[in-house]
Amino acid sequence: MNDHIDGNMLAGALWQVFRPDITAAQARCAGCGMVGPVAGLTVYADAPGTVARCVRCEQVNLQLVQSPTDLWLSTTGLSFLRFRIPGQ
Amino acid sequence: MSGLTPGFRGHRRIESDRVPPGQYLTEDFPVLSAGPTPSIGTDDWTFTVVAETGERHVWDWRQFAALPQETPTADIHCVTRWSKLDTTWKGVSIDTLLAEVDTTADFAVVHTFDGYTTNMPFADITDGQAWVVTEYEGEPLAAEHGGPARFLLPHLYFWKSAKWVSAITLHDEDNPGFWERAGYHDYGDPWLEQRYQSGW
Ligand SMILES: [Zn+2]
Repeated sequence: MNDHIDGNMLAGALWQVFRPDITAAQARCAGCGMVGPVAGLTVYADAPGTVARCVRCEQVNLQLVQSPTDLWLSTTGLSFLRFRIPGQ
Repeated sequence: MSGLTPGFRGHRRIESDRVPPGQYLTEDFPVLSAGPTPSIGTDDWTFTVVAETGERHVWDWRQFAALPQETPTADIHCVTRWSKLDTTWKGVSIDTLLAEVDTTADFAVVHTFDGYTTNMPFADITDGQAWVVTEYEGEPLAAEHGGPARFLLPHLYFWKSAKWVSAITLHDEDNPGFWERAGYHDYGDPWLEQRYQSGW
Protein backbone atom coordinates (compact mmCIF):
# COMPACT_ATOMS: atom_id res chain seq x y z
CA MET A 1 0.00 0.00 0.00
CA ASN A 2 1.39 3.33 -1.06
CA ASP A 3 0.40 5.78 1.66
CA HIS A 4 3.18 8.32 1.12
CA ILE A 5 4.32 10.74 -1.52
CA ASP A 6 7.87 11.86 -2.22
CA GLY A 7 9.77 14.77 -0.73
CA ASN A 8 9.36 16.97 -3.79
CA MET A 9 5.92 17.69 -2.51
CA LEU A 10 7.55 19.53 0.39
CA ALA A 11 8.92 22.15 -1.97
CA GLY A 12 5.83 24.30 -1.98
CA ALA A 13 5.64 24.39 1.81
CA LEU A 14 9.36 24.68 2.51
CA TRP A 15 9.71 27.51 -0.02
CA GLN A 16 8.11 29.64 2.68
CA VAL A 17 11.09 29.00 4.96
CA PHE A 18 14.03 28.38 2.64
CA ARG A 19 13.54 31.26 0.27
CA PRO A 20 16.31 32.16 -2.13
CA ASP A 21 18.31 35.04 -0.70
CA ILE A 22 17.82 37.86 -3.18
CA THR A 23 20.91 39.69 -1.91
CA ALA A 24 23.00 36.76 -3.21
CA ALA A 25 21.45 37.02 -6.67
CA GLN A 26 23.48 38.54 -9.50
CA ALA A 27 21.97 41.76 -10.83
CA ARG A 28 22.74 43.46 -14.14
CA CYS A 29 22.38 47.28 -14.19
CA ALA A 30 20.18 48.34 -17.11
CA GLY A 31 22.14 51.58 -17.33
CA CYS A 32 25.78 50.54 -17.57
CA GLY A 33 25.69 46.74 -17.71
CA MET A 34 27.54 46.22 -14.44
CA VAL A 35 26.92 42.74 -13.03
CA GLY A 36 27.28 42.06 -9.33
CA PRO A 37 25.46 40.73 -6.29
CA VAL A 38 22.41 42.63 -5.06
CA ALA A 39 24.24 42.90 -1.74
CA GLY A 40 26.81 45.11 -3.48
CA LEU A 41 24.33 47.84 -4.49
CA THR A 42 24.39 51.24 -2.79
CA VAL A 43 21.26 51.53 -0.65
CA TYR A 44 19.48 54.71 0.41
CA ALA A 45 16.94 53.96 3.13
CA ASP A 46 16.14 57.52 4.33
CA ALA A 47 13.49 58.03 1.69
CA PRO A 48 9.78 57.27 1.29
CA GLY A 49 10.95 53.84 0.17
CA THR A 50 14.27 52.05 -0.12
CA VAL A 51 16.36 52.78 -3.20
CA ALA A 52 19.28 50.63 -4.38
CA ARG A 53 21.62 52.19 -6.92
CA CYS A 54 24.34 50.83 -9.16
CA VAL A 55 27.71 51.21 -7.47
CA ARG A 56 29.28 52.24 -10.80
CA CYS A 57 26.79 54.56 -12.55
CA GLU A 58 24.38 55.43 -9.68
CA GLN A 59 21.32 54.51 -11.74
CA VAL A 60 18.39 53.35 -9.61
CA ASN A 61 18.36 49.54 -9.89
CA LEU A 62 15.71 48.59 -7.31
CA GLN A 63 12.98 50.37 -5.39
CA LEU A 64 11.13 48.91 -2.41
CA VAL A 65 7.96 50.44 -1.01
CA GLN A 66 6.21 48.89 1.97
CA SER A 67 2.70 49.70 3.15
CA PRO A 68 1.01 48.03 6.11
CA THR A 69 -0.37 45.40 3.74
CA ASP A 70 1.84 45.28 0.64
CA LEU A 71 5.41 45.28 -0.57
CA TRP A 72 6.24 46.73 -3.98
CA LEU A 73 9.51 45.76 -5.62
CA SER A 74 10.39 47.73 -8.74
CA THR A 75 13.21 46.30 -10.83
CA THR A 76 13.01 48.53 -13.91
CA GLY A 77 16.63 49.61 -13.42
CA LEU A 78 17.86 46.03 -13.87
CA SER A 79 18.09 43.99 -17.04
CA PHE A 80 18.23 40.74 -15.09
CA LEU A 81 18.35 39.08 -11.70
CA ARG A 82 20.17 35.70 -11.76
CA PHE A 83 19.42 33.20 -9.00
CA ARG A 84 21.28 29.98 -8.24
CA ILE A 85 18.76 27.17 -8.07
CA PRO A 86 19.01 25.69 -4.57
CA GLY A 87 20.48 22.20 -4.46
CA GLN A 88 21.95 22.24 -7.99
CA MET B 1 10.33 78.94 21.11
CA SER B 2 6.62 79.63 20.65
CA GLY B 3 5.79 76.56 22.75
CA LEU B 4 6.90 78.45 25.90
CA THR B 5 4.66 81.47 25.40
CA PRO B 6 1.51 82.00 27.55
CA GLY B 7 -0.63 81.16 24.53
CA PHE B 8 0.80 77.65 24.46
CA ARG B 9 -2.39 75.64 25.08
CA GLY B 10 -4.67 77.45 22.69
CA HIS B 11 -1.93 77.59 20.12
CA ARG B 12 -1.38 73.82 20.28
CA ARG B 13 -5.07 73.07 19.97
CA ILE B 14 -5.29 75.10 16.80
CA GLU B 15 -2.08 73.47 15.53
CA SER B 16 -3.57 70.01 15.98
CA ASP B 17 -6.30 70.93 13.51
CA ARG B 18 -3.51 71.53 11.02
CA VAL B 19 -1.97 68.06 11.35
CA PRO B 20 -3.41 65.50 8.92
CA PRO B 21 -4.37 62.00 10.15
CA GLY B 22 -1.44 59.69 10.89
CA GLN B 23 1.09 62.56 11.07
CA TYR B 24 3.15 63.92 13.99
CA LEU B 25 4.60 67.41 14.35
CA THR B 26 8.32 68.01 14.21
CA GLU B 27 10.43 71.09 14.74
CA ASP B 28 13.30 69.53 12.78
CA PHE B 29 13.53 69.42 9.02
CA PRO B 30 14.39 65.77 8.33
CA VAL B 31 16.48 65.13 5.24
CA LEU B 32 15.18 62.34 3.01
CA SER B 33 17.26 61.26 0.07
CA ALA B 34 16.98 58.51 -2.49
CA GLY B 35 20.49 59.10 -3.82
CA PRO B 36 23.64 61.17 -3.55
CA THR B 37 23.10 64.92 -3.08
CA PRO B 38 23.93 66.60 -6.39
CA SER B 39 26.14 69.68 -6.36
CA ILE B 40 24.58 72.20 -8.74
CA GLY B 41 26.20 75.59 -9.13
CA THR B 42 23.97 78.53 -9.94
CA ASP B 43 26.13 79.16 -13.04
CA ASP B 44 25.02 75.77 -14.39
CA TRP B 45 21.42 76.02 -13.19
CA THR B 46 18.49 76.49 -15.54
CA PHE B 47 14.78 75.98 -15.17
CA THR B 48 12.70 74.82 -18.13
CA VAL B 49 8.97 74.63 -18.81
CA VAL B 50 7.95 72.44 -21.73
CA ALA B 51 4.31 72.60 -22.86
CA GLU B 52 2.51 69.62 -24.39
CA THR B 53 3.00 71.30 -27.78
CA GLY B 54 6.79 71.23 -27.38
CA GLU B 55 6.94 74.98 -26.71
CA ARG B 56 9.90 75.62 -24.35
CA HIS B 57 10.70 78.41 -21.91
CA VAL B 58 14.09 78.45 -20.20
CA TRP B 59 15.42 80.71 -17.42
CA ASP B 60 18.97 80.86 -16.15
CA TRP B 61 19.70 81.75 -12.52
CA ARG B 62 19.98 85.49 -13.17
CA GLN B 63 16.78 85.61 -15.24
CA PHE B 64 14.96 83.55 -12.62
CA ALA B 65 16.05 85.87 -9.82
CA ALA B 66 14.66 88.82 -11.79
CA LEU B 67 11.14 87.33 -11.85
CA PRO B 68 8.60 88.51 -9.26
CA GLN B 69 9.41 86.74 -5.99
CA GLU B 70 6.88 85.50 -3.44
CA THR B 71 7.34 84.46 0.20
CA PRO B 72 4.89 81.62 0.87
CA THR B 73 4.37 80.22 4.38
CA ALA B 74 3.28 76.61 4.28
CA ASP B 75 2.55 73.55 6.41
CA ILE B 76 4.34 70.55 4.92
CA HIS B 77 3.48 66.88 5.34
CA CYS B 78 5.89 64.05 4.57
CA VAL B 79 4.49 60.61 3.77
CA THR B 80 6.98 59.21 6.32
CA ARG B 81 4.60 60.81 8.86
CA TRP B 82 6.28 64.03 9.97
CA SER B 83 4.57 67.37 9.48
CA LYS B 84 6.08 70.79 9.95
CA LEU B 85 4.00 73.96 10.34
CA ASP B 86 4.64 77.50 9.14
CA THR B 87 7.70 76.84 7.01
CA THR B 88 8.75 79.99 5.15
CA TRP B 89 10.13 80.09 1.64
CA LYS B 90 11.03 82.51 -1.12
CA GLY B 91 10.61 81.77 -4.78
CA VAL B 92 8.63 82.18 -7.96
CA SER B 93 5.02 81.12 -8.33
CA ILE B 94 4.31 78.54 -11.02
CA ASP B 95 1.63 80.98 -12.22
CA THR B 96 4.44 83.41 -13.07
CA LEU B 97 6.42 80.70 -14.88
CA LEU B 98 3.35 79.66 -16.88
CA ALA B 99 2.23 83.21 -17.73
CA GLU B 100 3.69 83.12 -21.24
CA VAL B 101 3.03 79.40 -21.82
CA ASP B 102 0.22 78.44 -24.18
CA THR B 103 -1.22 75.21 -22.77
CA THR B 104 -4.39 73.21 -22.31
CA ALA B 105 -2.58 70.39 -20.47
CA ASP B 106 -4.36 68.32 -17.84
CA PHE B 107 -1.21 66.96 -16.12
CA ALA B 108 2.29 68.01 -15.14
CA VAL B 109 5.54 66.19 -14.39
CA VAL B 110 8.25 67.82 -12.27
CA HIS B 111 11.83 66.81 -13.19
CA THR B 112 15.07 67.20 -11.25
CA PHE B 113 18.80 67.38 -11.93
CA ASP B 114 19.26 63.88 -10.47
CA GLY B 115 16.65 62.20 -12.64
CA TYR B 116 13.75 62.12 -10.18
CA THR B 117 10.21 62.72 -11.42
CA THR B 118 6.86 63.33 -9.79
CA ASN B 119 3.44 63.89 -11.33
CA MET B 120 0.33 65.85 -10.49
CA PRO B 121 -2.76 67.27 -12.18
CA PHE B 122 -2.11 70.60 -13.90
CA ALA B 123 -4.91 72.17 -11.83
CA ASP B 124 -2.83 71.52 -8.68
CA ILE B 125 0.12 73.68 -9.70
CA THR B 126 -1.77 76.85 -10.67
CA ASP B 127 -3.72 79.50 -8.74
CA GLY B 128 -1.05 80.12 -6.09
CA GLN B 129 -0.63 76.48 -5.05
CA ALA B 130 2.96 75.81 -6.19
CA TRP B 131 6.34 77.51 -6.41
CA VAL B 132 9.96 77.00 -7.37
CA VAL B 133 11.74 78.14 -4.20
CA THR B 134 15.35 79.19 -3.68
CA GLU B 135 15.28 80.27 -0.01
CA TYR B 136 14.16 78.55 3.19
CA GLU B 137 13.71 80.50 6.46
CA GLY B 138 15.48 83.51 4.96
CA GLU B 139 18.59 81.63 3.79
CA PRO B 140 19.64 80.23 0.43
CA LEU B 141 18.22 76.71 0.17
CA ALA B 142 20.82 74.18 1.35
CA ALA B 143 21.80 71.44 -1.10
CA GLU B 144 20.51 68.73 1.29
CA HIS B 145 17.06 70.36 1.13
CA GLY B 146 17.15 70.67 -2.66
CA GLY B 147 19.22 73.79 -3.28
CA PRO B 148 19.74 75.75 -5.34
CA ALA B 149 16.01 75.32 -6.01
CA ARG B 150 13.23 72.92 -5.17
CA PHE B 151 9.59 72.57 -6.13
CA LEU B 152 7.08 73.45 -3.40
CA LEU B 153 3.59 71.93 -3.58
CA PRO B 154 2.55 71.94 0.08
CA HIS B 155 -1.04 70.68 -0.23
CA LEU B 156 0.17 67.22 -1.35
CA TYR B 157 2.61 64.87 0.40
CA PHE B 158 6.10 66.33 0.36
CA TRP B 159 7.60 63.76 -2.04
CA LYS B 160 5.81 65.84 -4.70
CA SER B 161 7.93 68.88 -3.67
CA ALA B 162 10.93 67.63 -5.59
CA LYS B 163 14.45 68.70 -4.59
CA TRP B 164 16.97 69.98 -7.20
CA VAL B 165 14.15 70.87 -9.57
CA SER B 166 15.12 71.44 -13.20
CA ALA B 167 11.92 71.41 -15.27
CA ILE B 168 8.17 71.07 -15.48
CA THR B 169 6.69 69.29 -18.48
CA LEU B 170 3.00 69.57 -19.33
CA HIS B 171 0.98 66.67 -20.71
CA ASP B 172 -2.47 65.65 -21.91
CA GLU B 173 -2.19 62.35 -20.03
CA ASP B 174 -0.96 61.35 -16.57
CA ASN B 175 2.65 60.05 -16.32
CA PRO B 176 3.35 58.53 -12.90
CA GLY B 177 6.71 59.57 -11.41
CA PHE B 178 9.53 57.91 -9.48
CA TRP B 179 7.55 56.97 -6.35
CA GLU B 180 4.13 56.94 -7.99
CA ARG B 181 5.28 54.08 -10.26
CA ALA B 182 6.69 52.17 -7.30
CA GLY B 183 3.72 51.87 -4.94
CA TYR B 184 2.98 55.40 -3.73
CA HIS B 185 -0.35 57.05 -4.43
CA ASP B 186 -0.75 58.86 -7.73
CA TYR B 187 -2.24 62.00 -6.11
CA GLY B 188 -1.10 61.96 -2.45
CA ASP B 189 -3.57 64.11 -0.48
CA PRO B 190 -2.36 64.05 3.16
CA TRP B 191 -5.84 64.88 4.52
CA LEU B 192 -7.20 61.74 2.85
CA GLU B 193 -4.09 59.71 3.82
CA GLN B 194 -3.43 58.85 0.18
CA ARG B 195 -0.06 57.26 0.95
CA TYR B 196 -0.06 54.12 -1.19
CA GLN B 197 -1.72 52.81 -4.29
CA SER B 198 -4.95 51.09 -3.37
CA GLY B 199 -6.71 48.19 -5.04
CA TRP B 200 -5.05 44.98 -6.14
ZN1 LIG C 1 25.15 51.00 -13.66
